[in-house]
Amino acid sequence: MDKMPKWADVVLIPLISLILAAILSALVILAIGENPVEAVNLMVTGALGSTYGWGYTLYYATNFMFTGLAVAVAFHARLFNIGGEGQAMLGGLGVAMVCLYIDWPHWSIALLAAGLGAALFGAAWAAIPAYLQAKRGSHIVITTIMFNFIAAAFLNYMLVNVMRPQGSQDPATARFPETVHLPTFQSMFSTAENVMFRGAPANISFFVALLACVVVWALIWRTRLGYEIRAYGHSETGAVYAGISPVRITIIAMLISGALAGLMAINNVMGEAERLVLNSTEGAGFIGIAVALMGRSHPFGVFLAAILFGFLYQGGAELALWTSIPRELIVVIQALVILFTGALDNMVRMPLEKLFLGMRKGAE
Amino acid sequence: MEFFVTLIQVLDSTIRLATPLLLACLAGLYSERAGIFDIGLEGKMLISAFFSAAVAAVTGSVWLGLLAGIGASLVLSALHGVASITFRGNQLISGVAINFLASGLTVLIAQSWFQQGGRTPSLFGGGRFEPIEFPFAEAISGVPIIGPIYSELLSGHSILVYIAFLMVPLTWWILYRTRFGLRLRAVGENPAAVDTAGVSVVGLRFAAVAICGVLCGIAGAYLATALQAGFVKEMTAGRGFIALAALIFAKWRPWHAMWACLLFGLLQAVALRFQNIDLGGVVIPVQVMDALPYILTVVILAGFVGKAIPPRAGGEPYVKER
Repeated sequence: MDKMPKWADVVLIPLISLILAAILSALVILAIGENPVEAVNLMVTGALGSTYGWGYTLYYATNFMFTGLAVAVAFHARLFNIGGEGQAMLGGLGVAMVCLYIDWPHWSIALLAAGLGAALFGAAWAAIPAYLQAKRGSHIVITTIMFNFIAAAFLNYMLVNVMRPQGSQDPATARFPETVHLPTFQSMFSTAENVMFRGAPANISFFVALLACVVVWALIWRTRLGYEIRAYGHSETGAVYAGISPVRITIIAMLISGALAGLMAINNVMGEAERLVLNSTEGAGFIGIAVALMGRSHPFGVFLAAILFGFLYQGGAELALWTSIPRELIVVIQALVILFTGALDNMVRMPLEKLFLGMRKGAE
Repeated sequence: MEFFVTLIQVLDSTIRLATPLLLACLAGLYSERAGIFDIGLEGKMLISAFFSAAVAAVTGSVWLGLLAGIGASLVLSALHGVASITFRGNQLISGVAINFLASGLTVLIAQSWFQQGGRTPSLFGGGRFEPIEFPFAEAISGVPIIGPIYSELLSGHSILVYIAFLMVPLTWWILYRTRFGLRLRAVGENPAAVDTAGVSVVGLRFAAVAICGVLCGIAGAYLATALQAGFVKEMTAGRGFIALAALIFAKWRPWHAMWACLLFGLLQAVALRFQNIDLGGVVIPVQVMDALPYILTVVILAGFVGKAIPPRAGGEPYVKER
């Protein structure tokens, strides 16, 4: 017998956790001497009040969808991939190589190739921790953390010593050629008299992210592999008994996870910066953790959570612009979301389960 | 002779840089030996660095700063304890949350308190830990070999450095020679047995997490009030994770932890001093030195050079009855 109805598990618990995180965030804003209501107003108008704001919100959301899906896929196999940040950095390297070293006739072919490159590099960076977890039993959390730092050092080396154009002081690659620039929302949705999304970085990768959500959903719930991943995540011994190889599932799940994290680079590197810079990921790999936790590892939940975090990011930038609240407020909110939806899940769940059990007994 | 002077300088800087690693590493050792994984070492160090620098700047007393730092670190420890012991949450996720919480809160509070772009005012005078000169350090500094080693390398560090290195034998003694230590190790390997013996698993684990908080607090205070003079944004710069790496490298043993931290400290000191190293034609880029602690840890974790086996009950919340 389930302890509580499914809707409570899927909707009510995340909602209560989110409200708790919001209340604490409001208290933090109060504590630093600012008005939370005004802050929320500013965030909403800044992030959602114009197509420009939406253009940024959706741009950030695209990043978070990719990294959120990455963490979610690994969660289904009960693997905690903290390495999204490093995998996304390597994805950026893949994109940069595809865009810089090969001549492309059109952006659409370049996008396909760059996506492939990003996914390959991301997956490759996840492959070693996956192999070590599957074959040698090294804890994947620790190895992926270490790989984030190794990725940062590696990228630093590549940008400073290898890919930096001659005569440039900036640790970054050259600009990508004009032909591989992705269409932005501005060029896609503006009409002659009405310019929309002016100057905002949202681009066609947003639709790739949506597609990725659908593909991941189909993979997890509509394929044999997805079933095996979920079975392995629920019970390793059960899965082994059913003839599912833990080594195979661990490695495949991590490869998919790494590929999704790497894919983020088509948005931030190819779509926005149009060159590879240091710290291009800006922590999006870690936000993927919060997004996956809040979205309950379901692609639709990840989509909603990614939009929410996109809003928080853009709103936070607006706050930093117009008030004295620094951007780090978003980091605090992100931490509270991870805390309440992840670590303190039982704090919300236990009393609710008691409540529902009590109600059921009363009804009988 | 010039080589010797350089060597002493690098080793001196190794000791300074190894100290925060060692304190955080021992902090993690207590926690993980009791079965509570802690990837929030970084966050606890960071929040302590801020509060110790802030209170030291405001009061002018570095000791009050140290206390404030330890207090702040303990608050985060308590949060980790409540999440992972009381509510049996995921210890890794809780650690991630704590790191972000510290990273955001420190800048937020620093900005609203001091308005200096997320830093504290520079510390001077009583606001910093001053170096301690050993007796006769001045007098024998002229003696060849022994002189520089005594007066440059061993003497002239702040008290926290000596505390950190004294913590190593103390930790060894507590873990392997006291009843508390035996129980602490047992609760990380087999909590059910400890419970059966009538000892509180929850109590022991909270005690371990609290010790971890105190040590992380000292580590953070050392960063902001001894190694540097004031707090700057993200000043821990991944040291919490290097400490974690050192802990695995040392396979959760105190003396080995010290050697691991000294090794990683040496890598940092060399990277700081030489940047790119030219070894007869082959240039080792500075990034390799930056990444080496992590690469070494992965190699150790992979079990190619001796296997690192964590405490058996690590990461598992203890449920009394099923």
